[in-house]
Amino acid sequence: MPTMNMIQALNDAHKVVMRADEDVVVFGEDVGYFGGVFRVTEGLQKEFGKTRTFDAPISEGGIVATAVGMAAYGIKPLIEIQFADYIYPGYDQIVSEVAKMRYRTGGEWTMPMVIRTPYGGGIFGGQTHSQSPESLFTHIAGLKVVVPSTPYDAKGLLIAAVEDPDPVIFFEPKRIYNGPFDGHHDRPVTPWSKHPASDVPEGHYTVPLGKAVIVREGADLTVLAYGTMVHVALAAVIEQGLDAEVIDLRTLVPLDIETIEASVQKTGRCLVAMEAPRTSGFASELVTLVQERCFYHLEAPVERVTGWDTPYPHAYEWAYFPGPKRMKTALEKVMAD
Amino acid sequence: MSDKDPALRRNAPKLALHVPEPKFRPGDTPDFSGIVIAAAGEAPRPDTSAPAAETHPLATSLVRVLGDDHRAVGPWDPKLDADTLRKILSDMVTVRTFDDRMYRSQRQGKTSFYMKCTGEEAIATATAAAMSRDDMHFPTYRQQGLLVSRGYPLVDMMNQIYSNKGDRLKGRQLPIMYSDKAHGFFSISGNLGTQFPQAVGWAMGAAIKGDSRIAMGWIGDGATAEGDFHSAMTFAAVYNVPVILAVVNNQWAISSFSGIAGAERATFAQRAVGYGIASLRVDGNDALAVYGAVQWAAERARSNNGPALIEFFTYRAEGHSTSDDPSGYRPGDEAKAWPLGDPIERLKAHLFALGEWDEDRHAALAAEADTAVRAAQKEAEKIGILPQQGKDDIGSMFDDVYAEVPWHIAEQRDAALEESR
Repeated sequence: MPTMNMIQALNDAHKVVMRADEDVVVFGEDVGYFGGVFRVTEGLQKEFGKTRTFDAPISEGGIVATAVGMAAYGIKPLIEIQFADYIYPGYDQIVSEVAKMRYRTGGEWTMPMVIRTPYGGGIFGGQTHSQSPESLFTHIAGLKVVVPSTPYDAKGLLIAAVEDPDPVIFFEPKRIYNGPFDGHHDRPVTPWSKHPASDVPEGHYTVPLGKAVIVREGADLTVLAYGTMVHVALAAVIEQGLDAEVIDLRTLVPLDIETIEASVQKTGRCLVAMEAPRTSGFASELVTLVQERCFYHLEAPVERVTGWDTPYPHAYEWAYFPGPKRMKTALEKVMAD
Repeated sequence: MSDKDPALRRNAPKLALHVPEPKFRPGDTPDFSGIVIAAAGEAPRPDTSAPAAETHPLATSLVRVLGDDHRAVGPWDPKLDADTLRKILSDMVTVRTFDDRMYRSQRQGKTSFYMKCTGEEAIATATAAAMSRDDMHFPTYRQQGLLVSRGYPLVDMMNQIYSNKGDRLKGRQLPIMYSDKAHGFFSISGNLGTQFPQAVGWAMGAAIKGDSRIAMGWIGDGATAEGDFHSAMTFAAVYNVPVILAVVNNQWAISSFSGIAGAERATFAQRAVGYGIASLRVDGNDALAVYGAVQWAAERARSNNGPALIEFFTYRAEGHSTSDDPSGYRPGDEAKAWPLGDPIERLKAHLFALGEWDEDRHAALAAEADTAVRAAQKEAEKIGILPQQGKDDIGSMFDDVYAEVPWHIAEQRDAALEESR
């Protein structure tokens, strides 16, 4: 089985869906000839031609809007927003048009499109190359929101997203494009080739949307995470010798509530980890759901490990990023008494 | 040195913010004699493959066909046969009759909201006549004439307005936010301008697939200020998209006159030339000029010669909506002073001049439209009016958010059904 990093896996997913379905069209800023600033769309224009993979003007609003029109025509747009931090000019089109089309037309017009965008911090990206705006999309009825954390999942989830009848916002944690990151920025980075999830099957396969995966089984507490934080959380519980169950949510909407409930009802404790700022973040939704549905099983308050409620700072990268220290404090708190 | 160094600024004039004001406010006597209106037949008609820059004079002039003597003149005369002219006239009369009835329905409390297109009827109906039946429109809320011209059942329009059980949008949309794929009428959104670049995207899809159908995007003068106007123009130009971009300049965006959207400095048509898009400015109350311009732009798009923008110069003769009272911001008789007249009266006079129409036939047409609208209204109201709706089948409120109802919405549906019990 080929070994791939997340970029290669995503690139391969593009080839699989584009070979299978002539209606899939890829466009965005620098995705054509150049192959994307992160190389995710490399080689696509050469293989599929300029009418199926092309460069777009620097206009996120225009990219999403024309994708809406194409989807109305019958094309399946698989578009890229260069950084999640720049998705906001397209927000009106995503929220008012993409998300609501099926509903407002009684199902006559649908928007089967995927909006890919690199997101997350830990790369000294400063304010506008580090954001995690997933809660701005999980709050919008009509959108599905996906965040992969491994090359295997990245390919399988992207193929599933393209084949899904609903619009999908696909957040790619760019910190782990080349290798998993456990939050220890002072240690050398390990490449994906040393990780079992870099075994990526050739050809078509899917990882279903709406299904979480238990990446580590445990009995003492449940850790809910997605994206880069899956690896940070996993390292933290191992370092502290906790018998923790770590769940990678993979899809935030629709959420795999069954897996979460079963786990928390078993462990009685829960910690939620995300990079995004705390207030009104997706972690708040998770905490609420766990509290509502597992209250009589809980032995301690549900904890949140998150970014701070500030813009993402450049020089303070490691004081901002929710790394091992913040994880340790929160784990100790949730395990106390 | 401070940025307000008194030594440096001593002789500088005080800057002044210019806030545009319409010429006439309530109580004033409107006088449009200052508006320069080209004579009918005067504007040249370039080849449909002409470079965009060649259309620049047309972006500041006004394409007009019907002269003061009600005769068709000049190179833009589409030379339509009498049947086509009568069809456009009939559609316009139906639209106006429909608008009047639905306005009254709203006032009678049978629905919550309505928007008329009075004075703008020629634009959508003549456009529909000039384009192919399978071309796709991305309309605003004031192109109901497209649906009427394409034969969309009046009762279906009314069902939507009443949000009744016959409403194909299942009571989810505000009245007049129609949507019908089969009639090439894209779902109307309340968010202004969004449909303009979407039309470009649809036409890009048609070009990607080697189709021969084209798209037309619609926007009002006010909404050209939205960023979506700019992205539509950019994408249309960059990819040489087979799309017609229509700006309906009816002089008013609710209470704001077109100067607040930038019309004091340049025509809306002029903007297109800056993007490299061929552009025409057209008398929107002249059905023949509308037809001729759309025919030109459609031929241009179909021959891969690229997009065109058409500014339809017209006047919003009535309030913005049933929630608006224009007497609060403009003279009550301004519509009557509008120099381009009424589109129905002008086409009617033209048919008279051709000897293809008379008062009896016109009276019969008006009666026929009235009968058709009343019959449709009766049928729609039998199905239901808004105050009776929204009580049963509450569960359907939760359908179509996604292709399948996910667990969290299913739980909320159960709660809503429980609550309504």
